[in-house]
Amino acid sequence: MCLAIPGKILSSTVVNGIRLGRVQFGGITRETCLDFVPEASVGDYVIVHVGFAISRVDREEAERSYELLESMGLLKAEFETDVEAS
Amino acid sequence: MKYLDEYRDEKIARGIVAELGRRATRPWVLMEICGGQTHTLMRYGIDEILPAGIELVHGPGCPVCVTSLETIDKAIEIASRPDVTLVSYGDMLRVPGSRIDLFHVKASGGDVRVVYSPTEALKFARANPGRKVVFFAVGFETTAPANAMAVWQAKREGLKNFSMLASHVLVPPAIRALLSSRRNRVQGFIGPGHVCTVMGYREYEDLIREFHVPIVVGGFEPLDLLEAILMLVTQLEEGRAGVENQYVRSVTYEGNRLAQKVMAEVFEVCDRKWRGMGGIPESGLSLREEYAEFDADRIFGTEGVTADEPAECISAEVLQGLKKPTECSAFGTRCTPENPLGAPMVSSEGACAAYYQYRRHGMVAAKDIH
Repeated sequence: MCLAIPGKILSSTVVNGIRLGRVQFGGITRETCLDFVPEASVGDYVIVHVGFAISRVDREEAERSYELLESMGLLKAEFETDVEAS
Repeated sequence: MKYLDEYRDEKIARGIVAELGRRATRPWVLMEICGGQTHTLMRYGIDEILPAGIELVHGPGCPVCVTSLETIDKAIEIASRPDVTLVSYGDMLRVPGSRIDLFHVKASGGDVRVVYSPTEALKFARANPGRKVVFFAVGFETTAPANAMAVWQAKREGLKNFSMLASHVLVPPAIRALLSSRRNRVQGFIGPGHVCTVMGYREYEDLIREFHVPIVVGGFEPLDLLEAILMLVTQLEEGRAGVENQYVRSVTYEGNRLAQKVMAEVFEVCDRKWRGMGGIPESGLSLREEYAEFDADRIFGTEGVTADEPAECISAEVLQGLKKPTECSAFGTRCTPENPLGAPMVSSEGACAAYYQYRRHGMVAAKDIH
């Protein structure tokens, strides 16, 4: 659960004063809070931990890290949820 | 998605290992704190390609692993109530409590659910006002801002059916506890890259002044870790002890100030009992008095729950880098990821699980697994 996964911001909106983005991780898209990374905008890559972006990274870094996590088989468990997906 | 250029990476890796061999004139014991880093080290066999004498021991940086037995028991007690939905990160369900785990509660009809993010717990609480929704919140500094944000939002919205069983832990006090131990062998630390993404690495300077031990904040890729190891060995060989940042792609000196702000708004530092390590002063975060109405421990009266750890499991020594998982008599036999005795075998970030997954069975023959 302590993994931080890089993904690409596809869109962003403000809901109840909170900046939320749709962030793409390979084939998976998740709603992600962008409040901690005001410098990141649509098209940027961010490192996401439990649904919150904690830093902005460049594309190359994002792709390398993603490949690594996927190769270790750690992504599936990380996105596990049995509360309705966002 | 672009694939890794394995050859180039391997060539660089070999180059770093060769450089390590040239610089290391004596044995050194290094510890990676973070369980994610342990996984990369095992997956790529980095511990096996290092020059003889450079030993890696694995630290307590798996939040699931260090959550105290009594906290698990509290979660089990709360989850067993018919009016409660207990929501947690997936790994927590399989961590054994004193008698049962949360999966047993679920199997017996308890409402226990897994979420990926604390915001999902909030959504569930909003949609189910008739349920008391308790978020079982564990984690290091990486996770605390997200969990803090959930409570902050709940207060702002006046959500009455949401609370948190909080068991957050902090890395620097754990390093201090390890270094203060008379049994300590660790001479240099690979700092946790994502914890430091949030917190920066200013607070690690105090540790260095106190203990004169080098700390290099490291990333999670094989080359990141090899480079961090090289930076540590270079400092050790030159007799230096400083904080250096290998993971500059994500970590700054100050860290993420916005994340730190919401953490400080909702949580305060408290003493915390760690599974395997015992009580460590000022090593946890608990809800501030202003957020007491969201404190599940108070709401459900579980503050007095205590528990003793099972005798056979050596996770205490594993988490302190004193023993390797394969030195445990139960490793791979009576303790497996399917039937874990201790938490480091449960979590995908636990050192025992990493050894098991990547077949570091040693004398426990591979035939037993198939």
